[in-house]
Amino acid sequence: MSMDRDDAMRPSRRRFLQVLAGTAGALVVGIPFADAVDAPVPAALTGDTLYGLGAYVRIDADGNVIIGVRDPDTGTGTSTSLSRIIADELDADWNRVSTVPLGLGVDDDNGKPRFVYGHQTSGLGDSIPAAWADLREAGALARWLLLQAAARRLGAPADQLRCDAGNVVAPDGRRFGYGTLAEAASKIAPPDTPVPVKSPDRYTLIGQPAGDIDARAIVTGQAVYALDSYVGDALVAVLSHCPWPDGGVDSLDTADALAVKGVVKVVQLKPEPGVPLGQTVRAPAVAVLAENTWAALQGRARLKLQWKPGSQNESSAWFEQQATDLVNDKNAAPTARVRDDGDVDTAARKAARHVEATYVQPWLAHATPEPMNCLARIDKDHASLVVPTQSPQQAWQVVQRLTGLPPAQIAISVPRVGGGYGRRLDHDYVAEAVMLAKQVERPVKLMWTRDEDLAQDFYRSASIHKFSATLDGKRQVVSWNQRMASASALAQRGVPDNRLWTSEVDAHQLPAGLVPNLRSDWYALPSAMPRGPARGMPHTGNAFAVESFVDEIAHALKEDPLVTRLRLIGEPRVVPLGDGRTLDTGRLANVLKLVADRIEWKNWLRTVNGLGIACWHIGGAYVAHAVEASLQGERLNIERVVCAVDVGRVINPTGLEGQVAGATLDALSTTLNLSLSYKDSQVQQHNWKDYPLASMAQLPDTCEVIVVPGDRDPTGASFLAMPTAAPALANAVFRVSAVRVRRLPLLKEMLRML
Amino acid sequence: MAHAQDPILTPHPGSTITPEKVRDGIDLQINGRAYRHTGDPHMPLLWYLRDVLRLTGTKYSGEHGEGGYDLVLVNGKLASAIGTPMEQLEGKSVLTVEGLAAADGKLHPLQQAFVDEDAIGCGYCTPGWLMASLDLLNRHPQPSDSEIDQLPNLCRCGCQTRVRRAIKRAAKGGHA
Repeated sequence: MSMDRDDAMRPSRRRFLQVLAGTAGALVVGIPFADAVDAPVPAALTGDTLYGLGAYVRIDADGNVIIGVRDPDTGTGTSTSLSRIIADELDADWNRVSTVPLGLGVDDDNGKPRFVYGHQTSGLGDSIPAAWADLREAGALARWLLLQAAARRLGAPADQLRCDAGNVVAPDGRRFGYGTLAEAASKIAPPDTPVPVKSPDRYTLIGQPAGDIDARAIVTGQAVYALDSYVGDALVAVLSHCPWPDGGVDSLDTADALAVKGVVKVVQLKPEPGVPLGQTVRAPAVAVLAENTWAALQGRARLKLQWKPGSQNESSAWFEQQATDLVNDKNAAPTARVRDDGDVDTAARKAARHVEATYVQPWLAHATPEPMNCLARIDKDHASLVVPTQSPQQAWQVVQRLTGLPPAQIAISVPRVGGGYGRRLDHDYVAEAVMLAKQVERPVKLMWTRDEDLAQDFYRSASIHKFSATLDGKRQVVSWNQRMASASALAQRGVPDNRLWTSEVDAHQLPAGLVPNLRSDWYALPSAMPRGPARGMPHTGNAFAVESFVDEIAHALKEDPLVTRLRLIGEPRVVPLGDGRTLDTGRLANVLKLVADRIEWKNWLRTVNGLGIACWHIGGAYVAHAVEASLQGERLNIERVVCAVDVGRVINPTGLEGQVAGATLDALSTTLNLSLSYKDSQVQQHNWKDYPLASMAQLPDTCEVIVVPGDRDPTGASFLAMPTAAPALANAVFRVSAVRVRRLPLLKEMLRML
Repeated sequence: MAHAQDPILTPHPGSTITPEKVRDGIDLQINGRAYRHTGDPHMPLLWYLRDVLRLTGTKYSGEHGEGGYDLVLVNGKLASAIGTPMEQLEGKSVLTVEGLAAADGKLHPLQQAFVDEDAIGCGYCTPGWLMASLDLLNRHPQPSDSEIDQLPNLCRCGCQTRVRRAIKRAAKGGHA
């Protein structure tokens, strides 16, 4: 955001915390964002408005603490975890802490946006690492100021005072509530150098369990999502989209729709040429705008609308055939050679034994529970939006482009979000709401229906992985060749061709660093189906293929797959993988052994149920799953699931357990049931019946989570447990049924093969 | 003896305002309070709750109510709010998630159990789980795992194992 600015022109890039006297004797500490040195104090800070203040700590005179949360909470727990990071440094009384979602923080820097809260993205697994790097300082500064205020009042040196759960405690035991010190603290100048953050032995909240801070609001139905937001005279818009992004309206008769009581207008929308995917309307659409949702839905049902097909008539079967042909064509040159360690060809020629297998994974949708929606009010000199987004900054880009408003005249609030999974990194629905609000000159409350949500997604591409590995006489894997074909999620998004592979495969994924001769090739497949980021990408698809194949190697060796894995991982050491990335084999083996012990892996050979295991690593975090499955006739039961994670320091064990169990169940649900198909470029699944998330009966009754204690800087965990659940399940299914599932979804394939 | 007429009942001689006649409508109770719906009788309860009353705890997630995001109790029976037109609700009593807690704010034991077990992902499906679980406990105060398995709700965040714990906790009077 400020890359184009000359840092040398800045007298100081030191972190800067804004300290302000709020209303009614409050202490307000804004957040340390670089470059904020000469930023004007936002007008909102002097008023009563809580929103728009900045990632901040506010301590009121009555002792209540309000913490602003900058990263959207899509169910990833940022409201709780980020605020606890600040509250711990502050030594706040957690029972007196409440949080507010901050919405987008943007200032006007000579007509350019300056995003003043720094990191504001959710679901990429980096909210906690980013918060760890800079949010602790806000709490530490507030605590320092309160200590100084108490020292002045007592006439005692600050270093003889300590803080405890919302109080400053004097050497003689007298306690001064933060509320009574807030006003005085707000008048003290902050120090020139950053206040040191706590040493870990003094943590009071970090590492301690806490439930979701919004739990009470959620269970009482008071939690407000974007779809629950209303403004007085907004028109509700529901849409009918063209199945073909480059198709259009063939015929449209709006008379019956406009005759519905409450329907006000019918408006056509089109994608803007040349704008990257996800930043404009995804496909031509007809919007029905009405006084309420019911009228809008009835109006849409009465449209006489025929679509003109676009140029594409692709099918998912055709796509898979292309993929198969490509990975099987030995002469096909890869689009990207992602990794090439050692000399795979020579090693493969000399090997004693070859193992080969091919895995096929289907197209997937995001299926967020809360459908796409947006509340937009666009006035002449100001825009105000409520957006369920994972990236308020990207939403801002869309609004700014379409309105031309100055940066700070666009307000984007982001209440709790009903699931993201990557879908809300795209903002086609925001473009639609802005275009409609401009056209009808009234606020618009846009809502997609479920059928539109499935038909108009940015899908995860189907993929094919073809592996060939060779083994020497000592059961060592000496060469590993991965050929993967898929359609990149980054195509048509302004990403250079030589980086399109990065959404599809990780150059550092297993078994990189463990096999001396290893090659990973990626083949780009053409597809006109719009694609986008998906939860756990690229790890989820790759881990299923890699960790299934490791099991196949074990089977070829006629040995216990845990033994095969531990031999592959080898002695505890840190293996450099390039690009500054490493693999800590000790930590990887540890999570594997933990799940093995818990599920009683020693019974692997004897139990009538099937045991399966898998491991993976993502950006310095380690994960393993073990699954126990049984088969009654054709009914597959997941009897037990155990997951171990090593994420370094744990901020909130309860939140982490929820993320790990949740991602495990999401992965199992997807693996068991889900796939999309399309014909004539139209998706064939329309609702939850066609795209069936797993029912409670299909899922395990419990998910046992083992958390490895650690003191390294924390890593993200929101999708860490996605990748290994599927291969652990498929490996368990192989043990119990002798069916090696090489094609997902698993249940359909298992029943076909049984 | 001349009585002064009630000033409220007598329009001011110069007034042109005529009181609107009481409109016909569908009388129903929602969370113990009386409402009269005077709009389209075909309007689904879901949109009446959300767009008219702004009781937004009951969620939309699909046209057919699959996934249980829009569940409420009608006269004590589990019902899809989007699948229940207002015309079917004359004289009926509706309970939504907003009506679960006591008037003094004390949470219903199921709500408390969901909080205690942190049985929450993004929270969008939680109201539906609560209403379906309430219906389950009304029918089976000590539900078995296979009875819990019959719940119709869907959740992509994967809160099912924690929901199961919460239901069992509520059935045991709040003890894990």
